[in-house]
Amino acid sequence: MSAGTRERPAHGPAHGPALRAARLSLRDVAHVGSAGLRSRPMRVVLSALGIAIGIATMIAVVGISASSKAQLLRQLDALGTNLLVATPGDSMFAGETVKLPKEAVGTVGRIDGVEKAGATGDVDATVRRSEKIPADETAGIAVKAATESLLEVLRGKVATGTWLNEANGRYPAVVLGHVAAQRLGVTTPGQQVWVDNRYFTVVGILDPLPLSPEIERSALVGWSAAQQLLGYDGHPTSVYERSTDATVHDVRKRMAGTINPRSPQDVLVTDPSSALQAKAATEGAFSSLLLGLGGIALLVGGVGVANTMIISVLERRYEIGLRRSLGATRGQIRIQFVTESLMLSGLGGLAGVLLGAAATGVYATSGGLPWVVPLWAVAGGFVSTLLIGTIAGLYPAVRAARLSPTLALHAA
Amino acid sequence: MSTVVALNGVTKEYPGGVRALDGVDLTVGQGELLAIVGPSGSGKSTLLHIVGTLDRPTTGSVAVAGHDIAELSDRKLSALRAQHIGFVFQAFHLVPGISAQDNVAEGLLYSGLPRSERRRLAAAALDRVGLAERTGHRPHELSGGQKQRVAIARALVGEPDLLLADEPTGALDTASGETVMKLLHDLHQDGATIAVITHDTEIAERLPRQVRMRDGQIVADTGSGAL
Repeated sequence: MSAGTRERPAHGPAHGPALRAARLSLRDVAHVGSAGLRSRPMRVVLSALGIAIGIATMIAVVGISASSKAQLLRQLDALGTNLLVATPGDSMFAGETVKLPKEAVGTVGRIDGVEKAGATGDVDATVRRSEKIPADETAGIAVKAATESLLEVLRGKVATGTWLNEANGRYPAVVLGHVAAQRLGVTTPGQQVWVDNRYFTVVGILDPLPLSPEIERSALVGWSAAQQLLGYDGHPTSVYERSTDATVHDVRKRMAGTINPRSPQDVLVTDPSSALQAKAATEGAFSSLLLGLGGIALLVGGVGVANTMIISVLERRYEIGLRRSLGATRGQIRIQFVTESLMLSGLGGLAGVLLGAAATGVYATSGGLPWVVPLWAVAGGFVSTLLIGTIAGLYPAVRAARLSPTLALHAA
Repeated sequence: MSTVVALNGVTKEYPGGVRALDGVDLTVGQGELLAIVGPSGSGKSTLLHIVGTLDRPTTGSVAVAGHDIAELSDRKLSALRAQHIGFVFQAFHLVPGISAQDNVAEGLLYSGLPRSERRRLAAAALDRVGLAERTGHRPHELSGGQKQRVAIARALVGEPDLLLADEPTGALDTASGETVMKLLHDLHQDGATIAVITHDTEIAERLPRQVRMRDGQIVADTGSGAL
């Protein structure tokens, strides 16, 4: 009754059941789709390479900027976002200067949530390497009076020497900010600098203070020494305070009123970390030029895949004819070649993600940054390769499906 | 005995006006072994394409396994080939790099059977063609005759109602050709319906029925005794 030796449920060939093309399982589709790739590994590597380069570029661009941003945020975390600074506001009347009250540091320190407060006061004096340098060559260095608590409030550290204390704060001793020390050419404590009209001894040099660049450019003198030796009036020009994270908002609202209850509009309160936060936000906006380059590489890679697929279809006409004679529908031939194209570009995408992540890793490790590859970039990279694979495979697949099945019978 | 193939007034014209088939009537009953024989250009290959449902006639009706192919969509025609027709080619068309068993199992890929079942049936079909101990061999490790027997196993593994063999010995030496023809005879003894397309009259004369073709027409048909 039939060609084989196996018994088949009794139905005469003339009364066959309704014809229905069987569906291929997902595994069979994957198997058939990968057959062409497995037989030509070198071609797979070369045509997937284009996609890989494109994806790697994009992942690396996103990854490197994300790593830089993570580094900034980490810095910000270390410096804290709970530092506020109060300075005199602009006067409403021209020619009149506004001052903060002398007791401002004490009143700020009593606000609920404030952990520590400190201040600096501008001193009308200049600092020079020696008396022989003209008074107008200040090198942009300001002389400020500083409270003992200032360094702790700023979370600063002394690079060499000591910070101002009750003892040296009364004598002609000066602590230099990191930039000020560089400009004055002072590297070790004990050296002398000319302040106003006499020599002061440098007792310490500070580490960089990213949140307070104005301190980095200052020569700091003890509060009482400034008043006694430099004619300082005792009114602070900047009041710094550090509060708990939860109370920053409340403290900010109450600070001006506490410092100057009668005219709070004369007090300006700022948050030094906001500048760094803004920088972190722009750092996250990666270079769109590089990203565009990656996109072009990806596009060229897609064209390469389409090219490979067209050649693959031409080479395998007999196989297509054979499969049609074995009962493959046009749709199944299309699926086979789209799958092949998807696998080809998917392989490229996978290699690209790994390459891009590795490049980010190398950059991050060499720059001391945290290694961050955003998940959305990886997912986006994959989705775009799959999209490109489908588009690149569609035309060759449609051509393959339209081939006449009689081709297989024209002997090779 | 029921009819497997019924062609009625079939013509096939190719673009450019070439008339490859010109009013062909042919009936093949179940269990027949026949030769379609003719010189090249006689239209036997076109006839094979039409009977194998790989191509449609310009005019006339074609019924295979009881299905009128004029009414069938591409999907249904593909299903017809998957379920009812097996092909054997002169050039074997085995997939290189995969084992004989996997090559035979490819014959069932579009049947809807699960993979394990396909492999099991493939092993049985290889056993049937006398290659039980060659299941793991790849095409390049087999002789020409063995390759053609693998291809025959692939064609019959789905138990088709009709086996179409296109010059099955054309690429083989005489001895290998003999084994392949003997296998076709054996399958016929077991009840298979087989049509062998050949230009070799010697091979054709050893088959129970010969259909001779020339210039797109059937010029002689020894007929099947049963019809």
